Amino acid sequence: MRDFSYLRATSADEARQAALQAGAALLAGGTTLLDLAKCGVVEPETVIDITHLSGLGGITVDESGATIGALARMGDVADHRDIRAAFPAVAESLSLAASAQLRNMATIGGNLLQRTRCPYFRDPGAFPACNKRNPGSGCSAIGGVTRNHAVLGTSDACIASNPGDLAVALVAFDAVVDLGTRKVAVDDFFLTPGDTPDRETVLQRGEMIVGIGIPASAAARHSTYLKVRDRQSYEFAAASAAVGIEFESDGRTVRDIRVALGGVATKPWRARAVEQALTGKILDAESVEKASRLAMEGAVSHGGNRYKIELAPRVVTRAILKMAQNIGVFA
Amino acid sequence: MTRTIHLSLDINGRRHELDVEPRVTLLDALREHLSLTGTKKGCDQGQCGACTCHVDGKRVLSCLTLAAQVEGRQVTTIEGLAAESGDLHPVQAAFIENDAFQCGYCTPGQIMSAVACIREGHAGSDEEIREYMSGNLCRCGAYNSIVAAVREAAEIA
Repeated sequence: MRDFSYLRATSADEARQAALQAGAALLAGGTTLLDLAKCGVVEPETVIDITHLSGLGGITVDESGATIGALARMGDVADHRDIRAAFPAVAESLSLAASAQLRNMATIGGNLLQRTRCPYFRDPGAFPACNKRNPGSGCSAIGGVTRNHAVLGTSDACIASNPGDLAVALVAFDAVVDLGTRKVAVDDFFLTPGDTPDRETVLQRGEMIVGIGIPASAAARHSTYLKVRDRQSYEFAAASAAVGIEFESDGRTVRDIRVALGGVATKPWRARAVEQALTGKILDAESVEKASRLAMEGAVSHGGNRYKIELAPRVVTRAILKMAQNIGVFA
Repeated sequence: MTRTIHLSLDINGRRHELDVEPRVTLLDALREHLSLTGTKKGCDQGQCGACTCHVDGKRVLSCLTLAAQVEGRQVTTIEGLAAESGDLHPVQAAFIENDAFQCGYCTPGQIMSAVACIREGHAGSDEEIREYMSGNLCRCGAYNSIVAAVREAAEIA
């Protein structure tokens, strides 16, 4: 890890001002920044420690929704009683992510900004070509080992998947990222790679996430996060789904359904085609299975990740059926 | 030109003054600057848990924490776990009783993680222990004995 200068910010304004400098990086939990600095992927000249700022770590839940400060730790949000009650998919997405130690360190703001686990991106010594690290240098993953790469939202420049769990739950329930001076829907916050895979979010230099807001909804209250992976714990998703359902007063007809996917796309992926196919319908295993396949519209395989195109719809189906059964819609 | 910063750290209830480069992690500060070598360096990338310490009572990875970040916080390492009298912490005793190690390299991290796991209330069943201890890898594969030790320590806690 190259050395850097260290600045402990005493106010959010000071942090934002310092972050305007080229080569400056904000440091919160450190679980991405220091990891990537050790890999040689990032080489900050100045690290601005924001973990000593006060007032950015709160978690509040009321009837309108949840407000979570950027410096709240993953573990604190995962264990928060009101978050668990009003947004089970959000709490579960956090409990199933990383390890207990990492959840005690990583913040909610930093979690949204975690970088891809693409092994080519993470190894500049062995793989100089990476359009995300070094725009225009090419993509080492295309034609390489692609088991964990995206099948949705890819481009000829980049097929790296977004590794997040929390962001998948957030995008399902229309959460908003608060940047202090502006608010951006989570769905708009993340960018697909296109020709500029180095730009992963709409965050501008000198901007800082100060919190997230999640509007309350019946679908969010009746939600789950299902994560399928190569080992049972402490692993990124092979495919995951955040699902929430609200039924009409008949208790059977879908009034509102939310579906988002993780582990398969270049950004947290809202599966609106699945939602549209099931809204207003009475669920049965066959219709759910058929609708879940719509989640893979436009999917492109690169060989090793072909299994995700089969796996992801099954994960969606399982999550929807689990929710329907929990609510008691059908046996 | 090497830039150093002066830090005053609270480790195991004692104050330590040191001058380090800003990039020095808590793990390297402990091992290389303060001769507290009980905390182990495994992967140095946040993947193995060998470097687990407590900061303000919560388990964290010292390899992904800058020493500068923990100024003003209370750090506890494996050296700070046993009583002043030398009596082992119940989790340490349970690891010995259950032979919960082979080579022993991951053990300090396992024990620091287990102490926190029990304190958090996440040691209610073998399944829960396995889930909440998943951030600590044991290449010798002593997991069955580790789970038994954590369960035993949790029962007497």
